[in-house]
Amino acid sequence: MSDHAEDYADSMRVVRPYTVTGGRTRPSGIQLPMEALVQLAGDTVPDGLQLERRAIVQLCQDRVLSVAEIAAHLSLPLGVVRVLVADLAQDDVVVVHTGSYNAATPSAGNLDLLASVLDGISKL
Amino acid sequence: MAFPSSDVAARSHSGIARASTKAPTSVKIVVAGGFAVGKTTFIGSISDIEPLRTEAAMTSHSVGIDDAGSVADRKDTTTVAMDFGRIALSDQLWLYLFGTPGQDRFTFMWDDLCKGAIGAVVLVDTSRLADCFNAVDYFETHGYPFVVAVNCFDGVAHHTLDQVREALAVPADVPMVYTDARQKDATKQVLISLVKHAMTRAQG
Repeated sequence: MSDHAEDYADSMRVVRPYTVTGGRTRPSGIQLPMEALVQLAGDTVPDGLQLERRAIVQLCQDRVLSVAEIAAHLSLPLGVVRVLVADLAQDDVVVVHTGSYNAATPSAGNLDLLASVLDGISKL
Repeated sequence: MAFPSSDVAARSHSGIARASTKAPTSVKIVVAGGFAVGKTTFIGSISDIEPLRTEAAMTSHSVGIDDAGSVADRKDTTTVAMDFGRIALSDQLWLYLFGTPGQDRFTFMWDDLCKGAIGAVVLVDTSRLADCFNAVDYFETHGYPFVVAVNCFDGVAHHTLDQVREALAVPADVPMVYTDARQKDATKQVLISLVKHAMTRAQG
């Protein structure tokens, strides 16, 4: 196992990632949106986190990042990061904020949000 | 288990919870169009960050013949790449722009990509109009608000917007604009037209 670290980068590319999730490809039946924002739940990083989970926690130390950004920064497939983040959320290590926009269900909230988005883009 | 829009875990392990600092709301817009039409350029022209690439590994089993001449169950892995960018519209509102995978054969990923999106921009290169048919079909069929943005690569429009509208058979209420994917201001105008269109649709 000593060559594990050396092989890490290569092996993470395609097949192996799903072994770090125990073979699961989606977190307990739900799919985290790729734009969901991940934030650390507490000040301390719990001990004994497995390698990839620790990498996620370290990446989010002082900032909020989306699931997609975490995947890009760690060069891990999106599906893997979704599972790992869901696990970390279940263990209360991170908090996940999903967007509140749902085009399928028109609501006043949607319109308010769109107005804010329009205002924000107009000021760019 | 579910992830509501509010905090999943308000409780902290120790001390002051970081989660007590309010996280921004994130929204997304999908940028679609044919291969090499300028999606990543479009995203990069307005993104706060250099466009990032995220990959989804697709695995399919196929039965093939191995070197020894016997039938073997092989696993083929294809990687589908999506480029995306992020714009902080305010401290509390972040907009993500996600580019669709360029090749048509990856449209099966679009459900995942588009779920929860405000809407979509279909980037069009008029010399390869057919490349965007799939995207237009998809957004129409699934009811997403979308705008068609004709990318003028050399600053010259070779077709009128009416010609493009007719060729794409896009309804009259779908906004259609010229753009230059390299220019932030042009990109901004495309996004504004999309959000306005989404608001009109949301008002019913």
